[in-house]
Amino acid sequence: MEFDKMDNEFDIFDILIGKETDEDYRKKPVIIQGMTGSYGSTHTRLMKAYGSNIVAGVTPGKEGQSFEGIPVYNSIAKAVEVSGAKISGVFVPAPFFLDAAKDALDNGIKLLVAIPEHVPIKDSMKVLEYAQRQGAKMIGPNTPGVIVPETMKVGIMPAQPFKAGNTIVFSRSGTLMYEVSYNLTRAGYGQRLCLGIGGDPINGTNLIEAFDMVRNRHDVESIVIVGEIGGDSEEQLADYLIKTKFPKPVVAYIAGRSAPKEKRMGHAGAIIYGNYGSAESKLAKFAKADVPVAKRPQEISELLALKLKK
Amino acid sequence: MKLLEYQGKELFNEYGIRIPRAHLVSDIEQAKQAAEKLGYPCILKSQLSVGGRGKAGAILKCNTESELGPIYNELMNKEVKGELPTHILIEEIVDMGGELYLSLFLNRSKRRYSLIASAEGGVEIENVENKIIIDVSVDQLSADIAEDVAHKLKLGAKTKASFTEFTMKLSKLVREKEVELAEINPVGILDDDSLIALDSKIIIDDNAMFRHLELKKYEHISELEAQAKKNGFSLVELDGNIAIIGNGAGLVMSTLDMVSDAGGKAGSFLDFGGSATTETIYESLKVISKINRIDAIFVNLFGGIVKTNLVAQAILNAYNSNLICVPVFARISGAESEKAKDILKGTQAKLYDTVEEAIDAMVKEVS
Repeated sequence: MEFDKMDNEFDIFDILIGKETDEDYRKKPVIIQGMTGSYGSTHTRLMKAYGSNIVAGVTPGKEGQSFEGIPVYNSIAKAVEVSGAKISGVFVPAPFFLDAAKDALDNGIKLLVAIPEHVPIKDSMKVLEYAQRQGAKMIGPNTPGVIVPETMKVGIMPAQPFKAGNTIVFSRSGTLMYEVSYNLTRAGYGQRLCLGIGGDPINGTNLIEAFDMVRNRHDVESIVIVGEIGGDSEEQLADYLIKTKFPKPVVAYIAGRSAPKEKRMGHAGAIIYGNYGSAESKLAKFAKADVPVAKRPQEISELLALKLKK
Repeated sequence: MKLLEYQGKELFNEYGIRIPRAHLVSDIEQAKQAAEKLGYPCILKSQLSVGGRGKAGAILKCNTESELGPIYNELMNKEVKGELPTHILIEEIVDMGGELYLSLFLNRSKRRYSLIASAEGGVEIENVENKIIIDVSVDQLSADIAEDVAHKLKLGAKTKASFTEFTMKLSKLVREKEVELAEINPVGILDDDSLIALDSKIIIDDNAMFRHLELKKYEHISELEAQAKKNGFSLVELDGNIAIIGNGAGLVMSTLDMVSDAGGKAGSFLDFGGSATTETIYESLKVISKINRIDAIFVNLFGGIVKTNLVAQAILNAYNSNLICVPVFARISGAESEKAKDILKGTQAKLYDTVEEAIDAMVKEVS
């Protein structure tokens, strides 16, 4: 069994919030590509209100304007030069994603949060290869983004479901990430980080890579996976958990048990061909890896409580 | 987008992949002319997007002219997995010395393409033990790799050369048309050691369709799906009597599972996306109202991102304009849920704070 290369060097917390000794600890600068669009501007306002340090926006042809006091530049090169940002939230429409992403990676961005839905697979694969060559990471596409509760967020998630704590949520679905996090929050399990893997067939950061990012962290107590039908990333993850003796408690939820075959259930990646991508296959693998799977999103916190007691 | 067999074969032809002589027909006169041109016996193949046509009896051999009418009618009226054909492909029978299997598909967890080949063609590949699977980059599939696969398949020298060429052509098609899956099962080996594609299964990346206008003609979505798509909704029609709508694909999928666990049967899946406004909810109810078998509508909204009073207003508007006349069961949590309940007082809509309560109430009333 082979796994994607373990990449322990990439410290997502270091990128998102930094070290206590950093001058800009918890205030790492973030650029928003496509900030002036209606989607980009709405969420820029919300991200800023949440505490994210949004320092610049990029929209070709709009340099000199500003939004909420945030300056807009024509190019990401200029935005990076002025701000020193290593994080970019990409809010451009899918057909423009490839160029925007390459531009960002060419200019020193190390974490690309790819929000748009409907990015062609070929473009995602190109950006992924490009990011790997540059030692950068992509989250998404088709992701709600990433949030460090009560500190900062790069994405479109609402603030209400999340609370700071020591569990982690990795989710292939946006709304279910909110639903499950809210359930955890109400049960007293705050989150250290919630990250949307994305609903597409190709994910810039897949489940195994996401697990690698938090594997050795002392401030992470447990991990919650929100999976769904389609592909075999849950199966691969289960093998990884067994093979590498993953040291922390893990619980899961899988959406789409009752979905028909060969129908795309809303997400480009949520489709079953034969047994490939079926819920049964994922449930069977998780059982082997001793990962309890909730029947409903609302059951997650109960399963986690049981798992933590053991 | 999944192509029908004849559509996939048109693409094969365009890329120089050999296909049998064939004619696409949609009435009996055309069928007669086609069969005459090809000669008897010939094969009639129902053009359906579902798999397992052979087993379902949707591919039949026609030996004589007198058999043609009955076979044609049988196929046109044969529903397979809920699907009826609009066209039949009439094809020549090809003399073959052997059959192979070949496919190229997007391996999601590897984030590369996989090439699968086997010397056992014509059967479901999942049941074949002797197969070769290698990861490839479709951007630069080299002839060396294709040759190596041909070698492992233990093909004769001439067939090996044909296989390499054949595979390179398929790889070019996959790359240029942005294909997620291309399967040819079986690939026929002809007497002169050249290869021929006897079937086609091709799935194009939907998200790449905006730059493949040449493939637009192959799109075959229902009127309802087209209406949903125009609004930016995802719709999947199912066969039960409960319409399920919500904001987010994962959320709607999980609702489907919970309804099904409680004994209900979903009749449709509709995700209207992140922005829940009075308009989007009203439009999604409009789509649902066109599905006849629906006895109840279930609305599941995650509260943090929607204003619940807007949702209530949309439902009220839909009742007032007689767009819907079936009960709506909604899970609406959030700050203004009391206001929402007030708005919908006196209608057939029932609002609940939790999904479980809402589903229980619905299943009791509807099933």
